[in-house]
Amino acid sequence: MAFPHSDVAAPEARDGAAQEAPGGVAPITVKIVVAGGFAVGKTTFIGSISDIEPLSTEAAMTEHSVGVDDAGGVSDRKTNTTVAMDFGRIALPGDLWLYLFGTPGQDRFHFMWDDLVKGAIGAVVLVDTDRLESCFEAVDYFEARQIPFVLAVNCFDGVAKHGIEDVREALAVRAEVPMFYTDARSRQATKQALITLVTLAMSRMQA
Amino acid sequence: MADDAAERRDGRPEATAYDEIEESRAVRPYTMTRGRTRPGHIDLPLEALVRAVSTDAVGSATSERRRILELSTATVQSVAELSAHLRLPLGVVRVLVGDLAEEGLVVVHTQKDQTPQSNLKVLESVLNGISSL
Repeated sequence: MAFPHSDVAAPEARDGAAQEAPGGVAPITVKIVVAGGFAVGKTTFIGSISDIEPLSTEAAMTEHSVGVDDAGGVSDRKTNTTVAMDFGRIALPGDLWLYLFGTPGQDRFHFMWDDLVKGAIGAVVLVDTDRLESCFEAVDYFEARQIPFVLAVNCFDGVAKHGIEDVREALAVRAEVPMFYTDARSRQATKQALITLVTLAMSRMQA
Repeated sequence: MADDAAERRDGRPEATAYDEIEESRAVRPYTMTRGRTRPGHIDLPLEALVRAVSTDAVGSATSERRRILELSTATVQSVAELSAHLRLPLGVVRVLVGDLAEEGLVVVHTQKDQTPQSNLKVLESVLNGISSL
């Protein structure tokens, strides 16, 4: 692709799968949110299945600084704080584009989460058993809003350190919430996690 | 960073090279939108797809508007992708895309007006699609 007047690199599909739809009809877009604590493997999870290298976008706190900025009370001071969010895209048959959006990690960025989950199929919450508490806020968030979510226990180095039911008990999530081991680096494991989530979302919709 | 910005608005005379980088990344984008942080009359989810209608207007557009038009001419682009490729905050891209849409220079595709039945069909397709990967 040539961009004679721009120094912006053309977005490239890694395997060429994501092409413009014929006849000027845009693909149908759907999205899944990938949540969990800092450094739990969200971007790795997204990258394991995305057609494109995960991209990063940011929102500036400036847009929401009043009442959100914890620098001290209500203030009209503009701050330059930004929050980054990684995402990927998968082209599926039937002219569907599935976007995977990783959540920013801190709860003061919940204004971004609201934006992210609007219209989403649901969420995959990645769990690090060494830092269980880091996924509490994600679990609380999706439970409170009745957004379909699954808990994917990321096994670093392929080692499951804790039994699934022990993790479930520690997180105090209902038995209906699907919970399973995953490996964020594995395309197959990521695929299975997404299938579990979509199946859950469909059963909720049919209920 | 916050302090730097505050001082600059207070009229600190000289900007260092570091400040200029910060300026290009964080302050200038809001100048670009003339201070607006929300698009005018259009709902722009992150995954909304943007396609340029015509590149005739590219020549007269500002550089950021031109980049949006160029990128979305080559292939349809989501708001999130435009933000990533242009290295501009989402809020800024939303305002710029909102303007371009109101001027008829781009078309925005969103999944509005979905019925529960059509949503379920879409989910079925997503499930089959992922399974076939």
